[in-house]
Amino acid sequence: MSARRIFTAPARLAAIPPYVWMVLFFLVPFGFVLKISLSQTAIAQPPYMPVFGLSEGIDGLKASFAALSLDNFRLLVSDNLYLASYLRSVLVAVVSTLILLAVGYPIAYGMARLPRRWQGIAMMLVIVPFWTSFLIRIYAWINILQHDGLLNKVLLALHVVSTPVVWLSTDSAMYLGIVYSYLPFMILPLYATLAKQDPSLIEAAADLGVSRIDAFWLVTVPLSLRGVGAGALLCFIPIMGEFVIPDLLAGSNALMIGQTLWLEFFTNKDWPVASATAIVLLGLLLIPLLVYDRLQRRQLEAR
Amino acid sequence: MTNLTATVADPAASDAPVIAYPTPLLRIDGVTKKFGAHSAVDDLSLDIKAGEFFALLGPSGCGKTTLLRMLAGFEAPDTGKIELNGEDIAAVLPHQRPVNMMFQNYALFPHLNVRDNIGFGLKSAGLTRLGIDTRVAEMVALVKLQGLEKRRPDQLSGGQKQRVALARALARHPQLLLLDEPLAALDKKLREETQVELMALQRQLGTTFVIVTHDQEEAMTMADRIGVMNDGRLQQVATPRQLYEAPASRWVAEFVGDINIIEGGITHRDSHRLTIAGRDVGTLFAIEPRQPVGDAVICVAIRPEKIRLSRRGPATDLVNSGAMNSLEGVISDVGYLGGRSLYKVKLDRGATLRVALANTARLDVDAYSMGERVAAWFAPDDCVVLVQ
Repeated sequence: MSARRIFTAPARLAAIPPYVWMVLFFLVPFGFVLKISLSQTAIAQPPYMPVFGLSEGIDGLKASFAALSLDNFRLLVSDNLYLASYLRSVLVAVVSTLILLAVGYPIAYGMARLPRRWQGIAMMLVIVPFWTSFLIRIYAWINILQHDGLLNKVLLALHVVSTPVVWLSTDSAMYLGIVYSYLPFMILPLYATLAKQDPSLIEAAADLGVSRIDAFWLVTVPLSLRGVGAGALLCFIPIMGEFVIPDLLAGSNALMIGQTLWLEFFTNKDWPVASATAIVLLGLLLIPLLVYDRLQRRQLEAR
Repeated sequence: MTNLTATVADPAASDAPVIAYPTPLLRIDGVTKKFGAHSAVDDLSLDIKAGEFFALLGPSGCGKTTLLRMLAGFEAPDTGKIELNGEDIAAVLPHQRPVNMMFQNYALFPHLNVRDNIGFGLKSAGLTRLGIDTRVAEMVALVKLQGLEKRRPDQLSGGQKQRVALARALARHPQLLLLDEPLAALDKKLREETQVELMALQRQLGTTFVIVTHDQEEAMTMADRIGVMNDGRLQQVATPRQLYEAPASRWVAEFVGDINIIEGGITHRDSHRLTIAGRDVGTLFAIEPRQPVGDAVICVAIRPEKIRLSRRGPATDLVNSGAMNSLEGVISDVGYLGGRSLYKVKLDRGATLRVALANTARLDVDAYSMGERVAAWFAPDDCVVLVQ
């Protein structure tokens, strides 16, 4: 009750710009996409019908509404191509997030345990790669992973392998690219929660007869779950819709939903199906968000 | 178990009776701990007996917390030995020591409820599930937290958190309980109540308590013995009464309680009585301390409440024979503190004495007022002679 009273009139006004932003740049475009997803493809400009307009009066508008249908969504369910793409996206996102967690947690933990003056430097090292364009970095990986790339040269020189290994256009290369690109998004929220932890809690655990390893699992990990959730969400959601990395690094035998969407839109010029694909993807992405929100709310209520 | 065989002392044979003391529970022997060039703890030795309530008292930064952390095992001494029951525990990791600590900020696990906080260390102590439940219930009852078992730390008041921390530290039945400023976060009234409860608890359990505090009243109230620390060294180890009435040095005298210090020189000694020329005070008489003072330049320390005031001085023959010190002056300041009043007396010779008088009557028509001439007098017995 009192929390509501803190927000005085000027403070409420400050909340308006974000809402305007959301309406202009999310809600309105979303409305367009939703409308297109309910339309039929057509050889026209724009490449779908019906097109809403008042040129034919109110009756024309009514007819346009009547022409909207769920056919595109029926197609998505009936054709295995789309289902397979969605499943592959979920699988890639889940596996990538787990790898990111396994790689990112030790790094974040190590950073949080560094002496204060080194922590800033470590943080810089995590962020600095972002100063180079994402695409350039992915192309650099192609260079490293290709047939006569750096990796194969090193392996051959060290006599680990006798013939060059095929790295590029494999799932391994894609996972490598995803983990490399998204690692900072996992590390930073984890680091934020781990660095905040009171070191005397670990001392208290040691004092109560609990070994270092047990103290990690009994104290450090449960207290960092919020960071784990934030990091996992920050990685999982964009990876679900990832298009560039699988397109450049993975093979072409299985597509992620982002790639399918691109195909529908640019190759098939089927805007309505592409829009329907995007709408379903959005729906899928709401699930982890709602789960996270619920967990956090439960945590708040437990207080 | 222990050989507490005090030989029946023959009073004539020796001043100090020969007593075979049992091995102390804790022996700190020549321990030094340096952080960089600074010695936090400097060649410190101390014995603590089983069942004792011992307080480490000192200003902040004196090394008392470092010493406590070495006992808990969070810091290792650079040199020296720490023995528990006669065994060196330097190499024993914190989680293997029969020592538990109550942290200054309590360090309660925020994700666990009261019950799980208290039971946290019991699984590793080898208790069964049933054993843990029983022990936790015991501890909850001991610190009177019944009904709060399901609460999380952030749903507790400061006093309740303090109790959870205490119960958690006691749950493993440690031989030695370390308390780092355990009451610092509580308000005054709660602190005083908790002091009494802690003392009762310590007596009931018989556990050895070592408490670190910067609050001398807290140390005086609770501890059997107090070790006063400064600059990483123990200045004096004594009972509260000894510490207050017979401070070992000028530093201790000034650190513990309020005191008047009069610098001066010994002009005459006869049969344990010193005649002293006090700076800005005049001639004083004092009893020679047990360890004779070699230096001619000394200081005389006298507590404000040991001095009496009157409008006329004590009988002149008392003063002349050296049985009483009497100094004349004018009241220069009056501070009313409720139970007592604090007067400042500007002596004719120049020095200022602080005098504390109990307000024994509700309507004190006879109270001293500013500018009034008085005699401040005190017995030679009440003077403590200290080297400068």
